Amino acid sequence: MAFIDYYKILEVDKKATEAEIKKAYRKLARKYHPDLNPNDKESEKKFKEINEANEVLSHAENRKKYDDYGENWQHAEEFEKSKQQRQYQGNGQQSGSGGGGFSGGGDFSDFFESMFGGRSSGGGGRRSAQFKGQDFNAELHLELKDVYTTHKRTLTINEKNIRITIPAGIENGQQIKISGMGAEGSGGGPKGDLYITFTVENHTKFKRDKNNLYATVELDLYTALLGGEITADTFDGKVKLTVKPGIQNGSKIKLKGKGFPVYKKEGEFGDLYLNYHIQIPTNLSEKEKELFTELATLRTS
Amino acid sequence: MENLIPIPALCTHYDVEMSFFTNLSDMGLLEIKTIENCLYIDSAADYEIEKMVRMHQELHVNMEGIDVVFNLLQKIGALQNELTTLKNRLRLYEN
Repeated sequence: MAFIDYYKILEVDKKATEAEIKKAYRKLARKYHPDLNPNDKESEKKFKEINEANEVLSHAENRKKYDDYGENWQHAEEFEKSKQQRQYQGNGQQSGSGGGGFSGGGDFSDFFESMFGGRSSGGGGRRSAQFKGQDFNAELHLELKDVYTTHKRTLTINEKNIRITIPAGIENGQQIKISGMGAEGSGGGPKGDLYITFTVENHTKFKRDKNNLYATVELDLYTALLGGEITADTFDGKVKLTVKPGIQNGSKIKLKGKGFPVYKKEGEFGDLYLNYHIQIPTNLSEKEKELFTELATLRTS
Repeated sequence: MENLIPIPALCTHYDVEMSFFTNLSDMGLLEIKTIENCLYIDSAADYEIEKMVRMHQELHVNMEGIDVVFNLLQKIGALQNELTTLKNRLRLYEN
C-alpha cells in the first residue's frame, strides 16, 4: 500500500485554502465526471481519486490528520485505533453509490481506509439513495468460435450467478443491456440494468467483417493450371470446390451463406470469401527444371 | 400508469424544483405526460433524468449546458460505435 499525495491529485499547493481546494476539485470533477466520460475507465479511476482527495482535504479534521501523519501513516498507532472504531461504519460501504459529495465516487483506496476507516462522516449534501438501482457493467471475453452459435453462459456479477443467452453473431465491442439485473432500486424504483460488453477474440484462420468471413486457400500450381477438385475449410466444416483451369493468383470466390450467423436472425448467414493463393514450387529437381524449360520454350515459340 | 412516475415524487427524491423538469421539457430533453392535472414522466427516462440531475446538482451545469452536453454525449456514442466498427474492419488487414 503506497502513500497517496492528495495535494498532487487535486493539483493544489499544500498551503491551499479551503476555497482553492474546492475550486480545484470542482474543476477536475467537471473534467472526469463519469456522466461526461461514459465507458472511460481511466476517467472513472481519476474521478475516484479526486473524490477521495476531496474527502480528505476538504474536511479540516481529515486534512489535519493527513498533514500530521500522512507520510508516516504506517507507524501511527492512532490510525489502527481509528480503523477499529470506524470499522462498523465502513462495512456499509457500497462501491460506486456515491461519496464525498458526488455520486459514483465511492470505492476508497486501501490507504484511505487504513487512515480514516470507512467513509468519512463529513460528506454531506449527497442523496441517501438512488431512485433507480445502480447499473452494473461487465466485460465478457469470448472466442470467435463461441459466438458462432447461440449459447447460454453463467456469469457471476457481484457474487450473484446470472444465466444469460448469448445470441450467435455478436460483434466484437458490442454491448447488450439486460434489464433489471443491476442493483435493487429504492423507494419503489426499478432495479438497475446490467450492461455487458463483449470482446470477441479471433484465433481462427478466418477474418470476419460483420457477417462475412474471409480466408485464403492455398492452391498448388498444377491444379491452378489444369483445374481440379479441392476441399476447403469453412467455419464449421469442409466444402468441395471445383477449380477452373487457369485460375489466377488472388482470385476470389464467394460461398453464399457460408459466412457468420447474422445477429438475432436465426438461420441467416453472411458469405464466405475465399482467396486463392497459388503456391509456386521451389527447390526444383533437375528433371522438373528440364520440363519447365521445355514448357517455356513451347510458350515462346 | 404503471410505468409513469409522478413528478412531485421525483422533486422530493432528487430535491429539485418542479421547474427543473418543466424546463427540461421545454428544451425537448424530457417528455412530460399530464393525466388528470398530474404531471408524470415515463419510468424509462429515469436513467437519463438521474444523469441530468447529477449534472445540475453536482457540476452546476444549467439547462442549456445540459442540452449541449447531451448532444455531445450522443455524438460521442455514435463516434465510439463507428470506431468499434472500423477497428473490427481493420482486423481484416492485420496478420
